Amino acid sequence: MSVFRSSLNYLAGQLRQIGLFIALIAIVIFFQVATNGITLKPINVTNLIVQNSYILILAVGMVMVIIAGHIDLSVGSVVAFVGAMSGVMITQWNVPWWLAIILCLGVGALVGMWQGFWIAYFGIPAFIVTLAGMLTFRGLTQIALQNKQISPFPDEFRALGSGFLPDLGGGTSAVEPLTLGIGIIATLFLVLKGIRQRRARAKYDVEDEPFAWFLTKLVFTAAMILGITYLLASYRGTPIVLIVLGVLIVVYASVMSNSVFGRHIYAIGGNLNAAALSGIKTKRVTFMLFVNMGVISALAGLVFTAQLNLANPKAGDGFELDAIAAVFIGGAAVTGGIGTVTGAIIGGFIIGLLNNGMSILGVGTEYQQLIKGLVLLGAVAFDVYNKRRSGGR
Amino acid sequence: MSTQHVMNDEPVRADGPVILEMRSITKEFPGVKALSDVSLTVKAGEIHAICGENGAGKSTLMKVLSGVYPYGTYDGDIVYQGRTVHFRDIRSSEEAGIAIIHQELALIPELSITENIFLGNEPTRWGAIDWITAKKTALELLARVGLREDPDTLIKNIGVGKQQLVEIAKALSKSVKLLILDEPTAALNEADSQHLLDLIRGLKGKGITSIMISHKLNEIEQVADSITIIRDGKTIETLDAVRDGVNEDRIIRGMVGRSLESRFPDHVPRIGEVFFEVRDWNVQHPQVTERMVVKNSSLTVRRGEIVGIAGLMGAGRTELAMSIFGRSYGTFLSGRMFKDGKEIELRNVAEAIDHGLAYVSEDRKALGLNLLDDVKRLIVSAKLSKISAGPVVNDGKEYSIAEGYRTSLRIKTPTVDSGVSKLSGGNQQKVVLAKWMFTDPDLLILDEPTRGIDVGAKYEIYGIIQNLAAQGKGVILISSELPELLGLADRIYTVFEGAITDCIPAAEADPETLMKSMTSARKKVRS
Repeated sequence: MSVFRSSLNYLAGQLRQIGLFIALIAIVIFFQVATNGITLKPINVTNLIVQNSYILILAVGMVMVIIAGHIDLSVGSVVAFVGAMSGVMITQWNVPWWLAIILCLGVGALVGMWQGFWIAYFGIPAFIVTLAGMLTFRGLTQIALQNKQISPFPDEFRALGSGFLPDLGGGTSAVEPLTLGIGIIATLFLVLKGIRQRRARAKYDVEDEPFAWFLTKLVFTAAMILGITYLLASYRGTPIVLIVLGVLIVVYASVMSNSVFGRHIYAIGGNLNAAALSGIKTKRVTFMLFVNMGVISALAGLVFTAQLNLANPKAGDGFELDAIAAVFIGGAAVTGGIGTVTGAIIGGFIIGLLNNGMSILGVGTEYQQLIKGLVLLGAVAFDVYNKRRSGGR
Repeated sequence: MSTQHVMNDEPVRADGPVILEMRSITKEFPGVKALSDVSLTVKAGEIHAICGENGAGKSTLMKVLSGVYPYGTYDGDIVYQGRTVHFRDIRSSEEAGIAIIHQELALIPELSITENIFLGNEPTRWGAIDWITAKKTALELLARVGLREDPDTLIKNIGVGKQQLVEIAKALSKSVKLLILDEPTAALNEADSQHLLDLIRGLKGKGITSIMISHKLNEIEQVADSITIIRDGKTIETLDAVRDGVNEDRIIRGMVGRSLESRFPDHVPRIGEVFFEVRDWNVQHPQVTERMVVKNSSLTVRRGEIVGIAGLMGAGRTELAMSIFGRSYGTFLSGRMFKDGKEIELRNVAEAIDHGLAYVSEDRKALGLNLLDDVKRLIVSAKLSKISAGPVVNDGKEYSIAEGYRTSLRIKTPTVDSGVSKLSGGNQQKVVLAKWMFTDPDLLILDEPTRGIDVGAKYEIYGIIQNLAAQGKGVILISSELPELLGLADRIYTVFEGAITDCIPAAEADPETLMKSMTSARKKVRS
């Protein structure tokens, strides 16, 4: 009885996390039924990942900015600007595609330094600086492209957005073996990490997660990854961008939970004054945060351009809003200090599923906007309600 | 209710009828009894001073009177002008002619003097604000308070002293009969203070009763007709300036006259040589450049010594401490700092921590900790480099370090994984102490380390402080509680208006001598 109750209490404490997963599953099931099974067809799952990749990439950077208590409205324009620069470099300056990628990431870093300087050292709120950035980088995009589109791009560059890892089955096997292998390795990695963490926590006697729940979570995660692996493997295999995204998520999730830089970001967002009085160089951290966001935006810009095979003055319009929405749906707090990379990714998938599912159903963009808006509001309202119920802070 | 009232032309004599009587007021906050059975009788037309140490309950009492804490949230009766009144909010007390001027001025910097005076009380004609009347009335009011400024001047463009006068003009615009001033001269210089005191006396001549809370006893001696002393949420006595022949010593005796219980763990100090010194330290206010928050202050700390700093609120104790701690407050002007015989310069907090300084803030929630964090992460947060390999934090070490402090400081928390927001004040403070102990400091500056903490936890924290000193660390202890300083410190500096006024060895110190040096600018530093 008391074991049951303490488990229940534990789950109540995890309501937000669980709620996010349940929402994701509910949305998947809803669209799976509504679209007569199209949603989970191998080709659609592949599309869902590929066509959402740049929003997910942006969400990784955005969640860090939001945890620190800032915001970045410029990422959509930076995506366009970097796309334009890649087009100019490759087609007009004849820069090799690999060098263009490196230079474009450098452009992203410069953009981040520019904005980071005004925010961190000059003390202008990020909202204003990045609103200005949204306009200036859109303008620079149009100048760089002279209001024309650039196309096509070399195949090697396009692979970044729409390529797949080589098919080891020679195109004849029902499920592609390389993808299957990667999926199994990823699953094992996650399961081992979960067990290791639980052991470490148990050693210091701080484990309060009921074993049954731990097992449920592990089985669920494993099943989900293997399921997606199977679906991808039955189509064209692993999209290259999924590898990029995977590396990004693993690296930044550990940066946020286990690095000095990540700790400093949480500290600044949680209590800026206390952070400063703990010897954290708050300005420097803020500056680096925006440099990081610039590089991540550049990466998203490269992926997006590669996928469309087109550098377009209107590219990336509204991406910042999708990325911000993903972060908040993923449980980050507007006031800073709270949020996770994983949460933002799940939030991004929820947005992506809504876009994808409603497009398949032929829902007009007007209703798509309406529904996405309500989902965002609902998710944050749920957060606020939850916090108030538990006594607030 | 009409806000009009007929001004009494005839000055009321100080022994006139009673205008206000607060009868056995008791006010409790969760876990704390802020006021217990406090009574206050104010006669019409007098200046009534309320004295007491920080946290004695003066401000709380005034908040009860002015309706900030509405009727029903306290016990006891307020009888005002012969009637028992039940104020629901500030507005209803204002309608009855009671105006309170808070320590932090409630003016809006971006609005003009006129706009501020009539804020929430704008004269209107057919629904539109009648600016002509407003300005005319504002001019009259400014003349009454002796402020020669264009009423269109923005508040941010006039000094604090003049802002204080605008506050009073604002109160007068509401036909005030009873004016409450909470530390009116705390932020003012000598000349502005004198002007304000003259004004209050002038208002008395016009029949306006004033209640004044002040730490500056010389001012009280100068203007007050009666003085009520509050200590630990209880009324101690009410003195009549004429009949009782009040002087500073008499007031101090009332304020501190409590017995020193043995609430300090026994310890024998082992004091070594001087290892830390600050010489001729001068710091400017971060915004108001003409204000010096620390003036020519010098102090020394010996190894294993607990050095107390005594001073009233606003005297510049925290400013001194924070400016020493990597210039984290104000604009550093001049001064030298020595540690272990070498001159050092600490330009930011990181350098201060590297040089073995630690600062525990008086404002735990705003400056001391990130309430969103958990215990283990907080404890290591000021020196992550100690448990990191390059950029990677070793979370295994984090657990074992946090566990170590949890046991040694007896931090009451379910696990070190729990959020600090769920801990009690005392345990939060232990977490903050652990955080700074983790940085291996040589000098700990503890600013009000026991504020808002229950007695049991206080005793434990005293033990921790003595332990740190016993390990040969130097401790600077800032406290508003004189018994705490007398019980712990080996030597006590007193601070008044940004300057160090005295340095008293613990053996020679008693509350009266301390309070004297804390309330006057006598300069006679011994070392």
